[in-house]
Amino acid sequence: MDFLYDVKTSFVREMKPLISGWVWLAFGLVQPLLYIGLFVPLLGDVGGAGVSPLQWFIPGMMVMLTLFGTAMVGWSLTEELLSGVLERFLATPMSRPALLMGRALKEMFPLFFQAVVMIVIAIPFGLRIYAVEMLYGLVLLGLFGVGVAALSYALAIAAKNNTSLFYMVSQSVALPLMLLGGVLLPLESGPAWLYVASRFNPLTYLIEAERALFMGELFSTTVLYGTLVVAATLVIGLAIGGSAIRKASI
Amino acid sequence: MIHARDLARSFKTKAGPVEAVKGLSLDVAEGELVAFLGPNGAGKSTSVRMLTTLLPPSSGSAMVAGCDIARDPAGVRKRIGYVGQGSGAGQYYKLRDELLTQGAAMRMHPADAKRRADALIDMLELTGMEDRIGTTLSGGQKRRLDVALGLMHSPTLLFLDEPSTGLDPHSRANLWEHVLKLRRETGMTIFLTTHYLEEADTMAERVMVMDNGQLIADDTPARLKANLAGDRITIGLANSDAAKAAELAQNLPQAREVAVGDSRVEVTVGEGEALLPEFIRRLHEVGVDIASANVRRPTLDDVFLGLTGRTLREAQGSVA
Ligand SMILES: Nc1ncnc2c1ncn2[C@@H]1O[C@H](COP(=O)(O)OP(=O)(O)O)[C@@H](O)[C@H]1O
Ligand SMILES: [Mg+2]
Repeated sequence: MDFLYDVKTSFVREMKPLISGWVWLAFGLVQPLLYIGLFVPLLGDVGGAGVSPLQWFIPGMMVMLTLFGTAMVGWSLTEELLSGVLERFLATPMSRPALLMGRALKEMFPLFFQAVVMIVIAIPFGLRIYAVEMLYGLVLLGLFGVGVAALSYALAIAAKNNTSLFYMVSQSVALPLMLLGGVLLPLESGPAWLYVASRFNPLTYLIEAERALFMGELFSTTVLYGTLVVAATLVIGLAIGGSAIRKASI
Repeated sequence: MIHARDLARSFKTKAGPVEAVKGLSLDVAEGELVAFLGPNGAGKSTSVRMLTTLLPPSSGSAMVAGCDIARDPAGVRKRIGYVGQGSGAGQYYKLRDELLTQGAAMRMHPADAKRRADALIDMLELTGMEDRIGTTLSGGQKRRLDVALGLMHSPTLLFLDEPSTGLDPHSRANLWEHVLKLRRETGMTIFLTTHYLEEADTMAERVMVMDNGQLIADDTPARLKANLAGDRITIGLANSDAAKAAELAQNLPQAREVAVGDSRVEVTVGEGEALLPEFIRRLHEVGVDIASANVRRPTLDDVFLGLTGRTLREAQGSVA
């Protein structure tokens, strides 16, 4: 119970500046809308004949926003790590993993908001809604984001004396994952080696699962693989992030 | 309140291991106001962070507020207030919100937290800033907020790591007024670190001098000065009877470090002001004409010089 209470404490603290920063949130919406507006007309029928390309494009977009959004969250922790804010909380009885969990959940909030707005805006342009499947897709994304955020926090703690290292590592992991996952363009239309490489990229399976969900598929191996990738990310992320913060002595 | 035995901590760095604290043993009783004085890099923060469970010691043990730092860190954290060397309040968070968050972190009842936050805002003269965010506060206001954060749950023991460093003299004095008032009103035990001599001198009832990871002195400022530095008497001579004067100086009780110049004699003694009239009378008796007389009370810098062979300012420069 204390754990959940502490998660809430941390989450509520982090949410306050966000709530007063809606401008930023609005700005965050412009980018995906531009992508939708500029890319989707180019896509043709990636989703298959008679299916709106939005059905294919939006889930990929959501995964991309989640990965980039959460891979960088360690950055905000670095600031508080160096200034002494984190130390202040470490000197209280708060659960340390809960501190990070609350922060990670807050990072998910704008992403969730973005995703929902994106879906709603896309409906008049032909996006078909599969409520249960899409909701499951959002839950998967949320959990995936928490896992990635935890890893990002662990990286920030490990690289606290070298902030450019944090930036370098997080970018050089996130970017290739993204490019090899076929977020914006179908991998099938690329060269064969790209397809092979994408099979070794866990993110590919998440993207495929999200796309399957957005096509209304729920009980399929594609979705199962995506779910497994998310579960693994979450477990590994929380284990590494949790141990990093427990050992953190700033 | 605090009982530490042989606390030590070393850090691995690229340049080899650094022994930040080497065998620290100390006892602080309830209600004491103790200042930990030492130059930058002496190991003050490392010591405080061990005592506050933020950093596990390499060896040694300590009981803080009745709890063992290694076996019951949560118990320690519940009972102490900690104001770190850095700033504890977030940049983008409103002042009152941060206090309430701190209350929640300390698992206070929300209603109690609200009441306490308002009382602290009032007490630390932060009224009117409730909705200001960290970046808009002045250095002194920020530091007072840090202190308020440390006080939210009314701890019986408060750690302050360099509370006034970086503040202008006016804000420093103001912060000190608050700390002393707090102490008078609550009888709280306060353990603070500082590298300002004047601060340790005027504020603390007990000073522990730290240098190079070790505690090298522990007493009241007055006794430290009397025992380790002493008063410096300087006599200006009208005729050049320096040798005669020096001989008399040598024979004063507890006389040391006699120095002779062309037309003056200097000597360090325990109780300078009490000795000076007698010294002058004797000089007069042997026919030494006196042009001027002066007693300089020692500062803690002299104490530090006496203990380490270098002044605190020099020590500061060599590390920072
Ligand atoms: N995390 C750390 N890693 C490596 N060395 C450290 C670390 N923290 C402190 N030190 C070293 O330990 C010594 C004591 O530091 P500190 O306790 O911060 O001193 P003070 O607070 O008295 O200025 C210094 O030489 C400092 O460089
Ligand atoms: Mg320090």
